[in-house]
Amino acid sequence: MALPLDRFIAAGGGLLHRRVLLRRGLVLACALPASRAALAQTDTDSAALPDWMQTPGAPFSGYGQPSPHEAGTVRRIGANRLVDGNGVSWTPLEELEGLITPSGLHFERHHNGVPRIDPARHRLLIHGLVKQPLAFGVDDLLRYPMRSRMLFIECGGNSNAGWHAEPIQRPAGSFHGLVSCSEWTGVPVALLLREAGVDPAAAWVIAEGADAIAMNVSLPLAKLMDDALVALFQNGERVRPENGYPMRLIVPGWEGVLNVKWLRRLQLSDRPVMARNETAKYTELMPDGKARQFTFVMQPKSLITSPSHGQRLDRPDVYEIRGLAWSGRGRVQKVEVSADGGRSWAEAALEAPVLPCCLTRFRAAWRWDGRPALLQSRVSDETGAVQPARRALLAERGSNGYFHYNAIVTWAVDKDGAVTHAYA
Amino acid sequence: MPMPERSRLAAATTLAALLFGGCAQPEPWPAAPQRGHAVSRADAQRWDRNVFPDGSGLPPGRGTAVEGAPLFRQKCARCHGPGGRGATAEELAGATQPLTSKTPDKTIGSYWPYATTIFDFTRRAMPMDAPASLSDDEVYALTAYLLFANGVIGEREVMDARSLPAVRMPNRDGFIGIDAKPPR
Repeated sequence: MALPLDRFIAAGGGLLHRRVLLRRGLVLACALPASRAALAQTDTDSAALPDWMQTPGAPFSGYGQPSPHEAGTVRRIGANRLVDGNGVSWTPLEELEGLITPSGLHFERHHNGVPRIDPARHRLLIHGLVKQPLAFGVDDLLRYPMRSRMLFIECGGNSNAGWHAEPIQRPAGSFHGLVSCSEWTGVPVALLLREAGVDPAAAWVIAEGADAIAMNVSLPLAKLMDDALVALFQNGERVRPENGYPMRLIVPGWEGVLNVKWLRRLQLSDRPVMARNETAKYTELMPDGKARQFTFVMQPKSLITSPSHGQRLDRPDVYEIRGLAWSGRGRVQKVEVSADGGRSWAEAALEAPVLPCCLTRFRAAWRWDGRPALLQSRVSDETGAVQPARRALLAERGSNGYFHYNAIVTWAVDKDGAVTHAYA
Repeated sequence: MPMPERSRLAAATTLAALLFGGCAQPEPWPAAPQRGHAVSRADAQRWDRNVFPDGSGLPPGRGTAVEGAPLFRQKCARCHGPGGRGATAEELAGATQPLTSKTPDKTIGSYWPYATTIFDFTRRAMPMDAPASLSDDEVYALTAYLLFANGVIGEREVMDARSLPAVRMPNRDGFIGIDAKPPR
């Protein structure tokens, strides 16, 4: 190897300084995805023209689809046995790159299915403590000034298997994939509320969706006036049905359930409604019997997507570690990675753009010597908040909180290069 | 006569100040085109299904646990189990393990802070195969049944717009606001 890698060692277990990623001559290996066997290269005569160069290609299509060879990259579904519209589908994070989640792979959490909404009959009503109740049709809102923001949305229940006593053995996305990232475009809620005239007594807004449970939650008015959107577009096209078509509330950095899909009503009030999904659910029971309520802000979190569960390192080599980090409190400031279970850390390189309340991609170089290793990542955000170790989170919250699990994730690499989930 | 750039800006600022009064923040976006359609308060109320802890939003009607028990067997027990003990859907009654145990039971009786939430959620969402199909009397009866099954009220106590918000739930003070504190 041309590059003197010893000079770049930054932490135990062979982690290299992020400067090495900028050096000429560095050749990085990457962990093999679990699906690699099915996609093994077949021997070809590389000099011969492939048949797709000797026949005309497929004609144009009205709406493009992924290659049929990528048909395995799909959301993984976990639904109720008797109510098939109640459950989740996870984004396969370990199979994706970059920041943006393709709209068709954005995670889903539905309480009773995806409503089939006729946009011509859908209205958004703003009422309660306002001077004049107002209704807006989709065509009305399309004429309003809009803003675009790249934002993650994370379900409050994401990663909840982390509370289990034993580490769950599942691909990264099937464990942590209730987070996705899109460019959301829509009308600032403040414009609509001001048009209706906010009563000074208003302090809360109860948002309601047009699905089969008419899902309702309460939000502080200040957040809606600050940076909330009624999103009509996702990744440039109109919001997909399973993400709230024709309109969805977007509250940057806040718990997924508050980003109410199929938004039909905003009622201004002086107090919260105390809905089922802000009392019985989406609250976190603590060991002393009290429960945390109105935990809106998604706290800093990161995970390594490669190497991760089910992937394999086929020989000792210099590997690229790839991962995602985010915080509902603002921008990612720093991501550190460890190969020795958190005893020592090296700073990872953050890939631009690094945006507030948006997924951030990080990369690091790791020289694996073939011995067992424990890979971790730890994010700090611009407010100084740091992702906690699992034992610190459990010491504070116990293990019956269910929601808001954001502890450091550990992947164990064994001497054969197999990767499993571990607690460390 | 075309208005000079600076005057136009000044006029827009004055207009914004007039429109937004004391909170005339500089808008980072153009003004709204004001396309909202006025809705009367009476019409807005017909959309409104929110029921607050103080009972506002509760409709006329009434029901008891005696009336609710057969309804529960018929419409709810398939998912929530006999007596609401839990099945494919969550347990609603019959907590044996306290909230401080290693395996706590989070039922309506042990966990839910407000009785009005039962009415609000049942009316809007239940049963899952026919949401919003229950009459208001049926929702009152099922609410009464679930409160009775949790030992919170008596079997013949009538639940209506007056009595339901007066029910004090055992875990009423069990919650701590983290990112917002609701008024007490």
